[in-house]
Amino acid sequence: MSEIPAELRYTKSHEWVRALPDGSLMVGITDHAQGALGDLVFVEVPEAGRQLSAGDACAVVESVKAASDIYAPLGGEVLAGNDSLATQPELVNQDPYGQGWILRLRPDADPDSALLMDAAAYGEFVAAGH
Amino acid sequence: MLPGQAKMGRRTPLYEQHCAAGGRMVEFGGWDLPVGYGSQIEEHHAVRRDAGVFDVSHMCVVDLRGPATQALLARLLANDVGRLTAPGKALYSCMLREDGGVLDDLIAFRLDPDWFRLVVNAATAEKDLEWIGSHAALAGVTVTARRELALLAVQGPKARAKTLPLLPTDCMAAAAELRPFFGQPGGDWFVSRTGYTGEDGFEVALPAAEAPAFWTALVAAGVRPCGLGARDTLRLEAGMNLYGQDMDESVTPLESGLAWTVVLDDARDFIGKAALIEQRHVGPRRRLAGLVLQERGVLRSHQRVVAADGGEGAVTSGTFAPTLERSIGLARFPVATDGMVQVEIRGRLLPARVVKPPFVRNGRILVEF
Repeated sequence: MSEIPAELRYTKSHEWVRALPDGSLMVGITDHAQGALGDLVFVEVPEAGRQLSAGDACAVVESVKAASDIYAPLGGEVLAGNDSLATQPELVNQDPYGQGWILRLRPDADPDSALLMDAAAYGEFVAAGH
Repeated sequence: MLPGQAKMGRRTPLYEQHCAAGGRMVEFGGWDLPVGYGSQIEEHHAVRRDAGVFDVSHMCVVDLRGPATQALLARLLANDVGRLTAPGKALYSCMLREDGGVLDDLIAFRLDPDWFRLVVNAATAEKDLEWIGSHAALAGVTVTARRELALLAVQGPKARAKTLPLLPTDCMAAAAELRPFFGQPGGDWFVSRTGYTGEDGFEVALPAAEAPAFWTALVAAGVRPCGLGARDTLRLEAGMNLYGQDMDESVTPLESGLAWTVVLDDARDFIGKAALIEQRHVGPRRRLAGLVLQERGVLRSHQRVVAADGGEGAVTSGTFAPTLERSIGLARFPVATDGMVQVEIRGRLLPARVVKPPFVRNGRILVEF
């Protein structure tokens, strides 16, 4: 079974969201998602300063087989993309909740107001075959 | 963002083995097959450096028997089965429509003068059987789809050495002597020195009931189970076309990098010949060639290709090539296109070099990038 850390929030498109002490959010893809995609060979992250609306395609992860969009879980300003992924896309496979993070975001809205799942709800969502 | 859930397809005799080995099952050509068992890149390297095994039981073995078999295949295939003078010799060929469009690509073995064996693609098998059958009936040739056979491809520099001791005694000696592109039946089994990876190896057709034990023995001998994902990266590095993606009924072999498989300068009258002669006379407008992407990113089918002279084409297959550690692809574009082109990836034009496939053979990189 894939790992689903209890302290994170999750989207239906298999992103995770971590609230940082400074109010910004870190976003990545879940262990379940990286497992389903297989070996990642290319990741395109957004540049700092880009304004995103919730649901915007804001990054791309490409596995051997296919390209997949990453969607912004909330609107806000991109503070940073994870530039390490340009040369080491495999970090997303190896450490999806740590070194494989994809972007940091300063959200426009309170993250608690967004329709994000907690770990238990996301676990059920995955178990239901999504 | 995730690939869709697998639709229920047909199951090969090794379905249980795939699931037990952690295979991620996907639907392909109407069959449930493993895309991989873990890292597709590690599976790829296992075949380039050692040995891997693929379940290709979805492909269809078709036996043609009768005195008129060779004459029938001389009519149905663009390559010349008359060249198969040695028993067991195989050739790769396209089967064409009257207008030269490619119905399928296949391997044909001459097993004896009245018995040829074809191996055809899974998704096209029914169409092929109907086409072959409609011509065979007139010629008095019997056509038998050998659905009861499983088919395993054991590929890699150490594949033959690891496979030979596991073969039944009645085909072991003949298999050890097989030259490249030959096949030999032994009892209910059939072993050929063929493949779709650019590496040495065997393809083994055997009764379905015996397939799980053979698979298990191969894995115990250190042959790595490999899925469709690695099969695709290996065949693309080897510069081999995939039917339905790199060619189909809308293009001819001359537009698909397969002119070498077509024999036009003999008395044979095969279906599609007149169209190909006409196309050769006027000159094909398009060709299929290889691309090596010069920057980070991944070539994918349907991406737009733009040449320096404004000519346009499209990528037909693209992937990340683990041996080259960059992205490669096949693309169809105007015949004059060469040198550097640009490929549109998500709205940006990235440079790619046009090369002549194969990219990799027997573990060695053959193209400049």
